[in-house]
Order: sequence, then structure tokens, then C-alpha cells
Amino acid sequence: MRSLTEDPARSAEAHGERAQERKSFFTDTSICIGCKACEVACKEWNGNPQDGDLELLESSYDNTGSLGANTWRHVAFVEQDQERIQTARESGRKLVSLGMPGVGPPSSSGASGPSGGRDTTPPDTAEFRWLMSSDVCKHCTHAGCLDVCPTGALYRTEFGTVKVQEDICNGCGTCVGGCPFGVIERRDEGIIRAKTERNQSRYAQEIANEGTANKCTFCHDRLVDGQTPACAQTCPTTSIKFGEHTDMVHQARERVAHLHSEGMTEARLYGANPQDGVGGTGSVFLLLDEPEVYGLPPDPRVPTKDLPRMYKHTVVAAAGMLAAVGASFAWGGRR
Amino acid sequence: MARITPLEWPVLRQLRSRDSTGRGAAVTSRKTRRTAPRTDDADTVVQSICPYCAVGCGQKVFAKDDRVIHIEGDPDSPISRGRLCPKGAASEQLVNSSGRQTTVLYRAPRSHDWEEFDRDRALDMIADRFVEARRRHWEDEDEHGNPVNRTMGVASLGGATIDNEENYLIKKLFSAAGAVQIENQARI
Amino acid sequence: MAECHPVGFQWVTEAQQRGARVIHIDPRFTRTSAVADKHVALRAGSDIVLLGALINYVLSNDLHFDEYVRHYTNAATIVSEDYQDTEDLNGLFSGYDPQKGTYDATSWSYASRGDEEKVEEPGTEPESDVAEPDEYGAGGPSLRHADVERDDSLQDPRSVFQLLKRHYRRYTPEMVEETCGISAEDFHHLAESITKNSGRERTTAFCYAVGWTQHAQGAQFIRTAAVLQLLLGNMGRPGGGIVALRGHATIQGSTDIPTLFNLLPGYLPMPEAGQHDSLEDFTGAIGSKLQKGFWANADAYTVSLLKAWFGDAAHAGNDYAFEYLPRLTGAHGTYQTVERMLRDELDGYFLVGQNPAVGSANGKMQRMGMSHLKWLVVRDFSLIESATWWKDGPEIESGELRTEDIDTEVFFMPAANHTEKAGSFTQTQRLVQWRHQAVTPPDDAQSELEFFHELGRRIRARVADSSDPRDRPLLDLTWDYPTDEHGEPDPESVLREINGYYVDGPDAGTPLSAFTQMRADGSTAGGCWIYTGIFADGVNQAARRRPGHEQDETAAEWAWAWPANRRILYNRASADPEGRPWSERKKHIWWDQENGRWTGRDVPDFPETLAPGTKSHPDAGGPDALAGDDPFIMQADGKGWLFAPNGLVDGPMPTHYEPPESPISNPLYAQQSNPARITLPRSDNLLAPSAAQHGSEVYPHVFTTYRLTEHHTAGGMSRFLPYLSELQPEMFCEVSPEFAELVGIENYGWATIISPRSAIEARVLVTDRVRALTAGGRRIHQVGLPYHWGTGTDAVVEGDAANDLLGITLDPNVQIQGSKAAQCDVIPGRRPRGQALLDLVENYRKRAGITVDTGNQKLTAPYPEPQTTTSEED
Repeated sequence: MRSLTEDPARSAEAHGERAQERKSFFTDTSICIGCKACEVACKEWNGNPQDGDLELLESSYDNTGSLGANTWRHVAFVEQDQERIQTARESGRKLVSLGMPGVGPPSSSGASGPSGGRDTTPPDTAEFRWLMSSDVCKHCTHAGCLDVCPTGALYRTEFGTVKVQEDICNGCGTCVGGCPFGVIERRDEGIIRAKTERNQSRYAQEIANEGTANKCTFCHDRLVDGQTPACAQTCPTTSIKFGEHTDMVHQARERVAHLHSEGMTEARLYGANPQDGVGGTGSVFLLLDEPEVYGLPPDPRVPTKDLPRMYKHTVVAAAGMLAAVGASFAWGGRR
Repeated sequence: MARITPLEWPVLRQLRSRDSTGRGAAVTSRKTRRTAPRTDDADTVVQSICPYCAVGCGQKVFAKDDRVIHIEGDPDSPISRGRLCPKGAASEQLVNSSGRQTTVLYRAPRSHDWEEFDRDRALDMIADRFVEARRRHWEDEDEHGNPVNRTMGVASLGGATIDNEENYLIKKLFSAAGAVQIENQARI
Repeated sequence: MAECHPVGFQWVTEAQQRGARVIHIDPRFTRTSAVADKHVALRAGSDIVLLGALINYVLSNDLHFDEYVRHYTNAATIVSEDYQDTEDLNGLFSGYDPQKGTYDATSWSYASRGDEEKVEEPGTEPESDVAEPDEYGAGGPSLRHADVERDDSLQDPRSVFQLLKRHYRRYTPEMVEETCGISAEDFHHLAESITKNSGRERTTAFCYAVGWTQHAQGAQFIRTAAVLQLLLGNMGRPGGGIVALRGHATIQGSTDIPTLFNLLPGYLPMPEAGQHDSLEDFTGAIGSKLQKGFWANADAYTVSLLKAWFGDAAHAGNDYAFEYLPRLTGAHGTYQTVERMLRDELDGYFLVGQNPAVGSANGKMQRMGMSHLKWLVVRDFSLIESATWWKDGPEIESGELRTEDIDTEVFFMPAANHTEKAGSFTQTQRLVQWRHQAVTPPDDAQSELEFFHELGRRIRARVADSSDPRDRPLLDLTWDYPTDEHGEPDPESVLREINGYYVDGPDAGTPLSAFTQMRADGSTAGGCWIYTGIFADGVNQAARRRPGHEQDETAAEWAWAWPANRRILYNRASADPEGRPWSERKKHIWWDQENGRWTGRDVPDFPETLAPGTKSHPDAGGPDALAGDDPFIMQADGKGWLFAPNGLVDGPMPTHYEPPESPISNPLYAQQSNPARITLPRSDNLLAPSAAQHGSEVYPHVFTTYRLTEHHTAGGMSRFLPYLSELQPEMFCEVSPEFAELVGIENYGWATIISPRSAIEARVLVTDRVRALTAGGRRIHQVGLPYHWGTGTDAVVEGDAANDLLGITLDPNVQIQGSKAAQCDVIPGRRPRGQALLDLVENYRKRAGITVDTGNQKLTAPYPEPQTTTSEED
């Protein structure tokens, strides 16, 4: 029943000569320093407006909150105590022993890697840690937003990424509910004004694409020129890596295996499993705890995945309804 | 108005291409198919250096019609390898922010407000005041009779964010004028 | 480093992935700590105890790099018999003058060979020869000669090595625990990590920023690290060193080509009244002709500078116009200048990309000072708080100032930014990088080059007809830079002058290619001798842009590093005494026997053909006196200084003192604080009583100030940008959960922080990133305060300024204020407004019984009259 959802391989292929290897991000949160350069570089390149309320969000150093129409990269900050670190390490260890496809066993060859000879005794569990992770649109293999878009504004690009064509989008907002990650959002006027009382008129920014759905374009306008997306290019520590999908997934698996070999069993991959509810993502993450901790859904499912089953149910239900209606007439007729 | 060709009708494109679900090439708009980096419009690209901290990251500054349109990291730099932190990445806004004040303002004694002012006039007034303050606070000798040959009427603070050549001229001019109270962030 | 220099941190991340261990030592848990292998929290201001204990650990376990230490440091040098250590004098060194609160450094000098000199030396130096911090350039005052007495066994009790051992013997892990709040376990982890990672095969680097400099003895913090790094053999070698992470695009350049009161370009000092009356006095004080190394040629650098500035008016007949230079009488730093403002002794003030109303310590003094000016010129991009304090500053709100009473004229002159002008920045590793101009400045905006060039022209025009000798320097000044159609002087013409050129002879006008070409006879000119070579061959070397990926790791063809494009200073030390690399892994430069010269991956920081085995000639001076194993070519004896016989004004070896405001008594000595610190005892600069003094309990907590990734210093280049402002929109304080409970403040609520100077409000971040420490037998709570916000109405975001809380006490060597450890109280809720705010601050002062003398008494230990060692005792 796959035919009801879009097939990225075929969509990409349909680009003909323009078709490229699928491009992806691998965001390695273990080396993220939370500098937020990705957020700024993204906004600058894409001309997205400042949209924070200019008040502390009460979320550690995160004052962006979440991805949205105007923020296409968002860095989460998570402060954890020793107990939570232990739990993360345990849950990660279970994933390893379960052989979860997304996590992958430590590869025997890659484990030693470039840091062969490094002390590999498991580290003592720190008393405290501060996790940082740069979130972005997942560019899902089976993209809910794309599947439900009635206008064809959302489409699969020649790079296998998912993009809104703002000149087609009519702002209906269907895609907003179609995204299992809560990434895509309609840009309207209300959200770009700071809610504080400070006089910000001087800083009012002109914005494009009001009233349409907005999200990360994977810097499509850079990819077509062979350039790296703005966030990945600026990332100081290469926490955000960019490249061909297969290579990104490979690097992610190598890295997680390396961390496991150092005893950091809390490391796990997110989005690298092609069997998951969205068929894997074009933005793969290495996390150091459960996805929920970072504000990511633990088991995202593309809504259209269930369409065939839902149709079946619908047919049954409709038949039942018809029968009931008929019955009611029959019963009513007796009155 | 874009010329419409029957072959470009989405339905036909969908049939023509293998994009059976109409979610890929078949639905691309003309604008999408013409996507190009906005820096393609730039008429100038220069190599520059980030103005914030002292790491000295390389920047590529893109300009069009004498206006900066984009700044990003310079991959050629052996220091930064194309990367920028949030401040460096925001430096296009440093150039173009609407919060920037690009005209001369003057606040008269006891005034409650700024007034717009002519730059040339302001420069003349500053030069007049400099010369006067220099004379008024001139010192030939210290309390022991040693020559000091200086003025204590004028001071300056700043230099860590401007250019070497600029610091050189400030130090040179102030020293020749006898002004010794020259300082910058390096002391702070 | 990840917090404030994120892009520089990419190299740390990469090193870490290759197996390097990163330990972050900071009172605060930052984004650097988050990715470091280990974070070690310490009590703010206790760094010398920690570093001193590491020195002690190295020395008591014989872990020093013996061959390096013997050959390349002054470990074997014998120190004067008059020297007495802090161990003998209650925490002070010999030579302290309790009346003046300063040291006479004479007794710290090296012992001299030959009895007659030894007899002659002590006490015969005129009083005025006592080192004043503002007197000397980077080289410090000269040693009279390089001929020193040595004990190569390192056993002589007066050898530097033994003095060092003795000085630090009480800096133990227990003392670290007691003073810094660092556990013995963490200390050992640190000590083992550092020592195991040093030696022939490996090197360890220390990276620091203003967490070390902004203390009343900041220079000594860095000195302690230098001693440790020399002992471990980590200087002059790849992957080693003490890496200053400076905070502004060209703060290094503005020190090299200084806009600083005490320096001339190239670390030549400004002349001091009464001491440097002649050119000869001046250059002799910088570098004796008999000492080793390149400071012995200070006369060539000085004369070339004077020729560059005054052209033909500088000639042999008038000491090259040396008398044109204004003279210092002590310190004229930024804080002394503010004091002059407050005394109505200063008329005009230029602010050039600097926001002291927010960014300088004791903000109230800064703003009140500016209100006393006749005129103020602010050159910046936006209406920073230093431009608008007269209408919306905190003193307007509190009623201390009324706009209609303020006579100050304010000129806001819009500045061109880095894309709107060409010029060079010098980054933190001395690399000078040229920027090309992309666009012309908008509207009235202009570069500093244009502004000051034009100002100079107008000033000169106003004195053009003067016959007053005072105006001679202005009229004789070389000021004819070519300008473009917008009036912008050609910045490369200025860089050429900085580089220097031949004045006459067949090469007249040709750029010099090395500072060794400079002469003291007026035949060369050059504005900054250490930058000579930047225009070698008539080419702007700073504009070189050969991509890094086409070069080796030195990337010698990207821009230009002073001096002479050397990328690692003192790199002779990267090879052993025989000139061979210490190891294959760590090779950098080495002696090429066949060709008789130094070679390798960098420009050798050593006379190119000086063979390793060369002995020093006792009668020679300058570069010719260097021996083949004297890597530290700017030092008067060619050695790395474990003990500084001169150059520092507060001790030859770093010694722990408590910050001027401290919650504990100095656990090491009876002397509480740096006895040579510079105090500003004033009613607007009051200090909290320290531990054991009456009233110290009124300000029981430590606060420390710092930066965040998302902002830049006082916010002039970040709080006016929406993209950065939204990322860190509000002023906050960071406290531990234990502390929040103690004082009753809630996470994300408001707190008021009160110091003897002022009170500010901040949102509260209660976080495990801040930990209470136990030190001095009590629980120490530290409050973290970013200092980016200020009060005004023009920025995207505003807030109270942390610097308003800070008092001004200065490091005596460099006149930098302590910003990293001071005392406060914290109460829940927002601060009061208007008079009520002033009352709150005043009530606290009264409760603590503060007077202007509080905390400003320099000597707090009995200081035994130093036994003057006389010749009879020998």
C-alpha cells in the first residue's frame, strides 16, 4: 500500500537529469557547543525575522523555544543531574543490547577509529551535564507535510529534501497537522512582534512569505549551486555535518560505535532507521539521551502511513453507518 | 506573465515524469526551477575578517549596488575554515540593522534631545574644542620641574575594534598634540 | 573557549577527537565545560594557589623537563643575597615600602660576579629607579648585563630552582582544597594529566582569557602559568604555550600599535618625566647595550619611530625630536582619567568603539565622570549607552543627575564598519590580517582613519601660524597621507609607514624587510618595529590569502604574523640544546648542520645562523651575545624566567593573595591582599570588608562577571542586532539551587544584587551548573553575572549592568581592574527605583560600617624590617 504515500526515490528520480544523490544532515550533539551560530546563519541567509519575545524562555540558555515559521534551526539546552545521566546510559545500553537498527552495534573496524590508543575505560558518570542539540526539519523519507499538501506547494526536491514553494502555497495549513515533528508552521504577522512592551518599532523587519507555510528549505538555493547549507557551513565544531544521505548515516553509525567503545552507551541515533514511522529522516541525529529529552517525538509516524488501514476502517465504518441508517429508517418506519 | 506551454501543465508533467504521486518534479513552479543562490546577484565579493572577537575568522562579504547583501565564513581561512559563531554570522545585520545610526547627532549643553547635525560643522567644532582644551590644560613641567610637554585636557578610549592603521594615526596625532591619556579595551 | 571563542574551539574539538584531554578550570560551568572531558570549579581569585600547587607537585616529584629547564630557563641563576622570600616576611618580599605601598625591586636582582659590584649594587640605585609599571615596555627594565652567576647543579639555596621550591612548598593539594575548593582527587587528576602530557613527546597548552587578567594581581596569574609551562618544557613548542584568548578583533593590534597611555608602538615605553630626559637615558633604560637579545637595539627602534613621525624635523642634532614626545608622571590609565573627569580636570573625551557606561568597572563613576566633561565625542555604529546616559542613564532614573543640569556637549559621529573600510586587524596569535573594503560607508559614517586624519588636518590648520614651540610637534608631524575621492586616506600608505623604509641612500623610500635593518642614525624610519616586514618587497603581506587547505599546518602564506612572520614565539625551544627536535612528533624548527642554519616549519625565532653550541661572549651585548642555547631572545639573559629579577612590581615569583574583597582570610599568609595593588579610595568606590573584618557578613557572597556566546562585551555590537538580542534577551544571574534556597530566590524570578557600589536586578537562573564550594572553612556561594546589558532606550534589549556593581582596584603591573571576584548580597525581587535604590545601597554600607579606608589598607601583616644584607656578612 506504499503507493498512497510519496516515494522519495521515485520523486527524486522524476527530476531526471537534475536528480542528485539524496542530501542529509548528521547532527552530532556530542560535540555541539550550543553557540547557536546555526540559528543565526540560517536566519541571515533566509531572511527570516527575529521572532523571540525578548524575554527569558525559562529553559536554560534556550530562548528560541522551538522550530517554527521563522526559526528553522533551534538549539535545545538540557541540564541533567547524575541520576538522569545514569538512566540515559542504562536506556542506551538496552538499545545496544537489543540491537536496535537505529543504533547499530559497534562496528569492529570503526571502533578504534582515529583515536586508537585512547583510554577506553568507561568514564565515571559525571555529577552533571549540559546537553545541547541543534534541531532542524527532518526532511523525512515519508514526509507527512508533503503527503497532505493539497496544492503541490510542498515537494520533494532533486536532492531528496522537502521544500515549500512559497509561490504556490495558499496558506491552508494542512501540512502543519501533517508533520509528526511539529516543524512546519504558517508564518503570520502575529508571531514576529515581540510581546514585550519595549519600543521595537525601529527594529521592525520586513518579511517575505507572510501567510504561507514555512520551514527549513535545506538551503535549496545553496544546494543548487553546490554549496553547503548555511547552518552546516557555519557550525564551528562540525556538530552539524552535511553530505550524501548514505554517507551521513554511515558517519553517524561510526560515531555512535566509537562513543559506545568509550563506554558512552547513552549515545544513540535518531532518524537513521529506515523502518521507523517516517522511513528514516534526512536529518540524522546522534543523541545522548531519549529523544523526548530534546523535545523530539520518540516514535514519529507519518500520518499518511496509516491511510490504507484507515481507509479499510473507513469502509467498514461507512458500511456500518449505512446499515445503521437503513436500520433506523426501518425501525422508524415501524413507529 | 510567464508563458504557459501545454506541456508544462502539472497533470501532463506528472504523467510525463515518473512522479506518479505528484510530489516531486511534477509540481515544481517556474520560480522553483529557477532557484539560485541570492549571492549570485552580488557584484562584489571581498575577503574580510570578522569584527567581533580576536580569533580572526575569515569572512566573505557579498555586496550589490554598494550594499552588503550577505556575509559568510571564508573557507580559505586556515584559522576558521569557513565557520562563524553567532556573532560573526550576524555581522550582515551589524552592517544593515535598522538600529544603526548613520548620521551625525549633536546634543547641546542641558538639552533633552539630539539634533541632526552637519558632519563638517561637527568636525570643525571638535577641532576647535580640541585645540582649546589642549591649551587650557597644557603642562610644560611637572611638580619637580622636569619637562613634561603635554596636555591633560583631552583623553581617548577605544581602539580594540578599529584597525591597526587607525590606532597608529590616533597615537601619532595625540602624541604630537601632547595628549597622553589614550586608552583602549586592552586595559580593561 | 567554546563560550567566547567558538570558532577557535573547533581545533580543541578536533584535538579531543584525536585523543587530547580537555580540562576546564572555571568558577562557572560554561558551554566549554559542557564538552570538556572534565570541569574543575574553583573559587574565583584562587588561581595562584592551584597553579602554585601544580608547580610544587612538579618540583617535589621531579617531574620537570630537566634538560629544558637547565638549558633554557634561569633555574641555575643565582639571586642576590639581599633577596628575601614571602616565606620569611609574612607573605611579602624584600624591598616593600609600607609608606608608599610599593616595592623596590633591587633586592630581587641576580647576584653579580665580582665582589665589587655586589657591594655596590644594593642601595645605590637611585629611588627613582624603582620599577614603575608604566615605565617599561614588554621587555621590562634592562638587566645591566648578561653575565650572571650560575650553579648548574641547581643545588645552591640561592639558585632560582631552589628558591622556587621553597617559595611554593606550602602550596599543597590540601591547601588547594582549603583555598580553591577543589578536591584532592580533582587536583591529582589535573596534575597527572598535565605532567603526563608534557615532555619530549607531548605538550600541554594553557588557554586563558580575562578570567586571569582581571584581578588585582592578574599579571601574576599568568606568570604562574608561565613558570609551570617552563618547568614542563611547554614553551616555544607546538601544542604548548600560554594561549591568550583575546576578546576584540584587534585588541592585540591595539596593544602592539598601542592606543595605551604607557606605550609607544612596538612595546617601547612612553618616556617618564625626570627619568628619560634624553634619548640616551630612554633607550638605555629599555635595553642596555650589554644585555643579551634584541631589546639592546631599542635605540634603532626609537629613532626609526621618531623619523616616521617627525620626518626631517627629527635629526641627530635634536635627539631625533625626542623632546617632542609628551612625558608621563605615573599612571594615566582609563580609571585615573575618570578620576580627573570627576575633578573637572578633563574637557574632552573621545570614545572610539567603546562603551564604558556599560563595559567599564564602576559604571556609575564612568557616567558621572562623563557628566563633568565639557564635550564628548562618541564614534560608534549605534546610540550606545555611553552616548545617551545624559537622557536615559541609571542616574537620571535615580535622580542623581538631571538632564537639564548636564552641560556636556555630545557629538555622535557614526562609524564605518569592517566592510566599509580597508585595514588590518591583529588577531589573538599576532596574525595581522588585511580586510578589503566591500562598500562605501552610508550617510555620514566614516572610518577612524578618515575622522582622525581630518581632525589632525583641522587641528594643524588651527596652529599653522603658531610660533609657540608647543605646537612644533603638531606642525612637524608627517601627516600627508594620500586620500581617495571620499576623503579616505589610503590605509596601505599608513601600513607602509608602520612597516618602515629607508630614509636616504640608494634605497631611499624602499620598504624595510626586517627590523634588523633599522638603524639609530636616522637612516631608517618605521612606525612600529615589530611590524617591520609586513610590507616587505613593497607587498602588503597581511593581505596574503593562500588558502589554508593548500598549505601545511603553519599556513605561513596566509596573512602575516609579527615578528617576521613567526607563528610560534621562542621556537628555538622546540629543539634540544644540540638543535635536534625534542621528538619526531613535536618537531618544529631544528638546526641544519649541513647548511649551517636553523630551518623547519616556521620562521626560526632565533638568529638564523647561530649554531646550537655557540657560547656567549662575556663582553658582547645584544643579539651577538646570545648563546646557542638562549631561546628566549627578548630576555636580557636569553632564558625563560622562573624567577623575574625585574619587570614586575609586585614580586619576582607569583604569590597568592586574596582579592581585595574576599569571603575568607588568606590561608597562606598573614598578608591578605596584594600589598602593591593600586587602590582608588573614594566615596564612590567603596569596598566591602573582607573576611574577619567587621561588616564582612553584610556582603557574604562572591560575584563574578563574564560573557555569553550570543553577546559581545558591553553590547554595542550585539544588543542592537535583533538576531543576537533574541538569543539572550535579558540580564540574569546564575546561582546554585542551594543558594537559591538560602536567600529565597526562585528560578526565573527576580533578584537584587547589592554591592558597596550599587544594586542591580536580574532574572534568576537556578542551576546545577553553579556549585557552592567549601573554602576557608566555610560555604562559599558564587553568583555569576554576564555583563552585556546596560540601561538605555536605543538597543533591542536592555537591562541592568553588572559592571555597576564592581569597584575599581587595579593590578599594579598593568593597571587592569579586578572584575572576577567581589562581594555582594542577594535578596529576592526587583530592585527599588529612584531614591529608594540609593537608600538601599547606603543602608548596606552603614550596616557594614564601610569607610573609604575599608579594604584599602595595603599592608595587613607585620612587615619585619628586611635585614639589609651588607657586604660585611659575606
